[in-house]
Amino acid sequence: MFSEFQKGILKENPLFVQVLGVCPALATTTSLTNALGMGVAFSLVLIFSNLLISALKSFIPDQIRIPCYIVVIASLVTVTEMLMNALVPDIYAALGIFIPLIVVNCIILGRAEAFASKNGLWTSFQDAVGMGLGYTLALSFVGSVREILGAGTLLGFPVLSASYQPILLMLMPPGAFITMGFLFAGVNYLKQRKEVRHG
Amino acid sequence: MDSTFGIVFSALFVSNIVLSQFLGLCSFLGVSKNLGNALGMSAAVAFVMILASTISWFLYELFLLPYNLGYLKIIVFILAIAALVQLLEMFMKKEMPALHKAMGVFLPLITTNCAILGIALINVQKEYTLFNATVNAISTAAGYTLALVIFSCIRERLEEAELPACMENLPIALITASCMAISLMGLAGTH
Repeated sequence: MFSEFQKGILKENPLFVQVLGVCPALATTTSLTNALGMGVAFSLVLIFSNLLISALKSFIPDQIRIPCYIVVIASLVTVTEMLMNALVPDIYAALGIFIPLIVVNCIILGRAEAFASKNGLWTSFQDAVGMGLGYTLALSFVGSVREILGAGTLLGFPVLSASYQPILLMLMPPGAFITMGFLFAGVNYLKQRKEVRHG
Repeated sequence: MDSTFGIVFSALFVSNIVLSQFLGLCSFLGVSKNLGNALGMSAAVAFVMILASTISWFLYELFLLPYNLGYLKIIVFILAIAALVQLLEMFMKKEMPALHKAMGVFLPLITTNCAILGIALINVQKEYTLFNATVNAISTAAGYTLALVIFSCIRERLEEAELPACMENLPIALITASCMAISLMGLAGTH
């Protein structure tokens, strides 16, 4: 019953398996807090866009469906941006331009086109929650790795011994690229090992 | 930093759109497997970026700002960009078939390229004048081209390298990008 929900978390994880939404995954993962903020904002937009598009699917003419989806997504992003500016100004300032850029995140348009436009409200909702959670978990993982290595803290609390010298580079752009590179290599390694095992 | 030279230098190197601001990464990783595709994509991005940022500057200053509708900028900009890309494609198909053949495949992808919307939003956020906004768009496009061309050349060489199976393609590309980003960091603080 919850298969639509589960698939987004591991089997079809948007970031690590489908390799979508890489830009925010690199830019907003300087700390676990920022990664979580981005994940929550993204999930909110995704859930409501899936719900709205699934509800409106019989009214949207087929030829102009993509512009329609974009308008729906852009309106939701505007609402999210204003909400975050009012409720969590610190995270809003840290994420900067990547909140408005949720509009062009290919995961959301992809789910609208591939899933919500063909499925009912309940399954679209499950799909969105699963994908949103999967993306948030993936971002949090990258954010945790970078925060622990780059600052020696997690959510702002020190987790490594005081003698640890933080690798500041991990918080800067090159650190983002290198972390993602090794994480993708790890995912590939697991995938290939599984393939060998199942022959 | 807001002098024209400052804008050019920072857009080209120090805060390079791809390697330090992480915008336009999908196309950066997607079409960088050979130099020809990289050049086609860069040309298409440059073309649309310059037009789109000029148009969105006018839309913002003439229609949104005077009526206090600044909060509508995301919707207005993305629609303007989508319409612009559509029109450009139709126009190029009819009037410039050779150019269309060279960059046609890349054009539809550009609507969802976050670098285009990103630059339009950054111009507004920094309250650039029309001149500075255009300069910013041109030099950002040049920075994108620079990064993409160097990156695609490195990747062509990497094809020949013997890598562990799990490092092939995306992982090694990201690690290469990391090295390029480190080398650009050497220029930080010079402006």
